[in-house]
Amino acid sequence: MYLTKEEELVLAGEYGYALQKAMEILVALGEIYGADRLIPIKSAQVAGVSYKNIGDAGIEFLKDFADAGAKVSIYTTLNPAGIGDEEFMEKQREVLELYRQMGIEVTSTCTPYYGANLPKFGDHLAWSESSAVSFANSIIGARTNREGGPSSLAAAIVGKTPNYGLHLDENRKATVVVDVEAEVGSFVDYAALGYHLGKTLGNDVPYIKGIKPEMTEYLKEMGAAMAASGSIALYHVEGETPEYGDAIADKLETITVENSDIMAVRELFSDDWSEIDMILIGCPHASLMEIKEIAELLRMRGKPLKTPLFITASRAVKALADSLGYTEVIERYNGRIIPDACFVVSPVKDWYRGIATNSGKSAFYFRSFGFKVRLDDAENLIKEAP
Amino acid sequence: MKLRGRKIVGGKVEGELIVSQKPLSFLGGVDPETGIVTDAESDIRGQSIAGKILAFPRGKGSTVGSYVIYALKKNGKAPKAIIAGEAETIVATGAIIAGIPMIDGIDVSRLRTGMRVRVDGDAGEVEVIDSDQ
Repeated sequence: MYLTKEEELVLAGEYGYALQKAMEILVALGEIYGADRLIPIKSAQVAGVSYKNIGDAGIEFLKDFADAGAKVSIYTTLNPAGIGDEEFMEKQREVLELYRQMGIEVTSTCTPYYGANLPKFGDHLAWSESSAVSFANSIIGARTNREGGPSSLAAAIVGKTPNYGLHLDENRKATVVVDVEAEVGSFVDYAALGYHLGKTLGNDVPYIKGIKPEMTEYLKEMGAAMAASGSIALYHVEGETPEYGDAIADKLETITVENSDIMAVRELFSDDWSEIDMILIGCPHASLMEIKEIAELLRMRGKPLKTPLFITASRAVKALADSLGYTEVIERYNGRIIPDACFVVSPVKDWYRGIATNSGKSAFYFRSFGFKVRLDDAENLIKEAP
Repeated sequence: MKLRGRKIVGGKVEGELIVSQKPLSFLGGVDPETGIVTDAESDIRGQSIAGKILAFPRGKGSTVGSYVIYALKKNGKAPKAIIAGEAETIVATGAIIAGIPMIDGIDVSRLRTGMRVRVDGDAGEVEVIDSDQ
């Protein structure tokens, strides 16, 4: 891989230990994946935030790295944090403080594009969280590989990433055509479609025909489910996403999605309300529109929920919901908006055993944790919940 | 016998091999306090990698595995060097932040636990100096 004189100096340690280590990581990854050079990035989104995931080993590394003077050189936000008991929260705050010392904006969200950081078409990024990576690549047309914790942090510090994978035009072309004959209309239809495609396809770039999503949120949900049940980091939707026009270079295999495929996913996650003890909305983190819809559904329901409702959202979106009065409505009906956190990476999930959600991604993860899962649209969940 | 691969992290060390013929997960697969392999699917389960030269085809599992490699080093339980069939992000990043010499591109099936080897991270080579176990 070609390095500029300046990059060689960083690698030789002329600018200190932290920059040197960060550069070593980028160069090694560049060599492994055959990058020709490093390219500047506009922003980073760093994984390795929940104390449940990184543990004391991660804290130790971050502490040594922060003490060595590690500082990010571009705008950087974080993955969602975990929530747990007091002992856990103390460790969690320590993690966030270490990232703050490195100059990172400690907003911890899988939807940085709702407030903290909205990239534009063609921007190169180093993002980590799989649904955010899918959103940036597919819906915005920015370019990022799915980074791990240390590699996104290294990219944030150096301000560059190795030029390989989804940064290159040729790897953004579709590899399979998906012809959706099924009727896909509601939020959960999109979640189920994403789940089905993630399971069915490999490390593909699907070109999806036959859907007309009403809201951006539906695509956000579909992409998140696809990236959770599979490893898809970029998809194109005919007539909808910004790169679909150039996406097909070769003759491709076509797969068809029928109503039975969507129904099969819905049936997989249809556990009875008697086994459900929490409702989760906001995976990926909810938009203001999603929160507003929940507040309206609760008003129509007219009586408080017996099963507690948790809505996860970025602190930016929660601040809007607070000031517009939606939070108050939601709390009146036994709901809570939890800012900058994620149940999937939290020990608090062990306090429950059954989850009702409109998220295909959460359905996938909570089932893998051994939970009972009920997947349905928010409208039905709020109406039917005990 | 000398095998040629590729440098991932430089440095020269000599030591005894421990070889896993299966991919290895560090998060949940190696205890950072003891260096003992706990991965249920591993063929070296129950053995320690501390102070050995660890060879395996490739890493798998969570990217948090990089931090486990770092913790092993801090706790004095890290391998002296890592030899991989194929380097990927998790193990390469872990070896870099922990400063453990590492090479890849080596046919691990030609290596056996107990062999004495010399790893030259800079040249990307491993030399078997005593295969008499």
